Amino acid sequence: MSEPIIAVESLVKRFGGFTAVNNVSFKVDEGEIVGLIGPNGSGKSTIFNMLSGALKPTEGSVKFKGAEIGGKLPNKICHLGIGRTFQIPRPIHRLSILENVVVAGYFGQDGIGSREQAFDAAKTSLEMVGLPTDHGVAISTLGAAGLKKLELARALATGPKLLLADESLGGLDNSEMDQAADMLKRIRSEMGITIIWVEHIMGVLMRVVDRVMVLDHGEKISEGLPTEVAHDPKVIEVYLGSDSEDAQASAESGSGN
Amino acid sequence: MMKQLPYIIGVLLIAVPFVAPQYPLHLIIMILIWSLVYTAWSLMGRFGLVSLGHGAFMSIGAYVTALLWNYGGISPWIGIPAAMITAAIMAFLVAYPCFQFKIVGHYFALVTLALSEVVKLVIIACRDTTGGSLGFTPERHGEGTSIVAIQFADKEVFYFVVLIAWGIGLLIWRAVDRSMMRFALDSISEDEDASAAAGVHVTASKLKITMLSAVLTALGGALYCQYQMFIGPEVIGGIGISLQIVFAVVVGGLYTMMGPTIGAIITLLMTEVFRNLITSLRTQGIDLAGLDTTVYGLMLILFIIFLPKGILGEAIDRLAGGKKRDTG
Repeated sequence: MSEPIIAVESLVKRFGGFTAVNNVSFKVDEGEIVGLIGPNGSGKSTIFNMLSGALKPTEGSVKFKGAEIGGKLPNKICHLGIGRTFQIPRPIHRLSILENVVVAGYFGQDGIGSREQAFDAAKTSLEMVGLPTDHGVAISTLGAAGLKKLELARALATGPKLLLADESLGGLDNSEMDQAADMLKRIRSEMGITIIWVEHIMGVLMRVVDRVMVLDHGEKISEGLPTEVAHDPKVIEVYLGSDSEDAQASAESGSGN
Repeated sequence: MMKQLPYIIGVLLIAVPFVAPQYPLHLIIMILIWSLVYTAWSLMGRFGLVSLGHGAFMSIGAYVTALLWNYGGISPWIGIPAAMITAAIMAFLVAYPCFQFKIVGHYFALVTLALSEVVKLVIIACRDTTGGSLGFTPERHGEGTSIVAIQFADKEVFYFVVLIAWGIGLLIWRAVDRSMMRFALDSISEDEDASAAAGVHVTASKLKITMLSAVLTALGGALYCQYQMFIGPEVIGGIGISLQIVFAVVVGGLYTMMGPTIGAIITLLMTEVFRNLITSLRTQGIDLAGLDTTVYGLMLILFIIFLPKGILGEAIDRLAGGKKRDTG
């Protein structure tokens, strides 16, 4: 057994008296695509923010390739090889699309590469997600789906080993969701990047991921193969049946892969 | 024509001291010194780091240089670098806690505003050494011209000193503009968290540009002192000067290399016009003291609302827009 790429141990985050994440532990192996799902406010984004350094864990440990990273600065964690996207896209409007990604390409490597390497990395990432690589194309030309792709390109340009994809495809239509799911699969297969994918709807995610973890009220209530999790009574209860039937169908169609 | 423009301007700049009479030459030297300070301010101002404390760095540049000379006999050749280093340390001491605790926007401006007052009050409080509100005069060295003391009896020589300093300021501005650092700082100015997630060291980047800006501002202050041979806490520091710096850069243009210089030309000429106007009105018994600051205040508001890129920035946009229409 090789070492897991990321190992989270008894992670806790409290905001004052409110416990957003309560004693969550999990491991992800290299090359996996793992889904992290749960209703709004279940603690998914809080976990992501702790893994990426945006928030300090109250208790517990986060080990990336065996080394503790809990509480490190976001830029340091980025340099170590964890890339992240934001649920609500956060582009820099005063920079062009290419420049947005160049920043990640250059500083994601801690500024050790050359300007040319940064531009190359940016162009490769933009091609991967299917955005224009020309100079000077403004952010304002992008729609909702385009902005999500830009988030992804920016994370990829930092050269991650592990991608934290806070996808939340809620705003997209079905074909756009499928596109996004396929893109994550290609990122894993072509770039060899391990992915943790956060979602609050189960649908399309179940078709793509190897494993799923389900959060509710800051606690992990279920974990396993998509087919198992979709039939877990606790999960069905959380989702009140509404989404779970879709998820079951989706998981079953995906299990053929 | 546009290609040759920089060379034509270069030749004109070198010719200035040989043709200009003393009073216009004095104005041009002052414009160059202030342009250096304004350029230094815009280095950080363009990234949303609005400092209302640059008067403090200018004061540090001038007073450290002059005090070392008068009391230690230390040549400004060493005194000026020492003053610049002092300004860098001061910038670090003020900016580091701000950036570490995410004091940004208005709050950062307020902290720097306090800095400019604190430095002014310290200068006034140490009146036995600094001369307090009455100001301070560096001691003359020899017959007026002294290389060691960087004192020149002829304005012509000093013109070239400040011309070089101003040129260095512009080169630094351009180097920053073309660096990867500029992307990082643009990114930081919009979204610190997203920048950090992309690997940018937010605090270090902001500190670097702040310290660079402070160092250049201190150089401007030191040159002002060497040229005018008189400095005072309100003459090159305090809130008045700090706001004047912001005003000039906003008027000239924040995002173009020559913007701050254009701002210096406009504000200095305006100051001269107002001075003459107020004096001549006073002889006729009409007292309009304060007219100038009222107009500046009004202009600042109008510029921020209608011409946020400044006069030069707007002009360049218009020209570029016109060209696009021609080809399209």
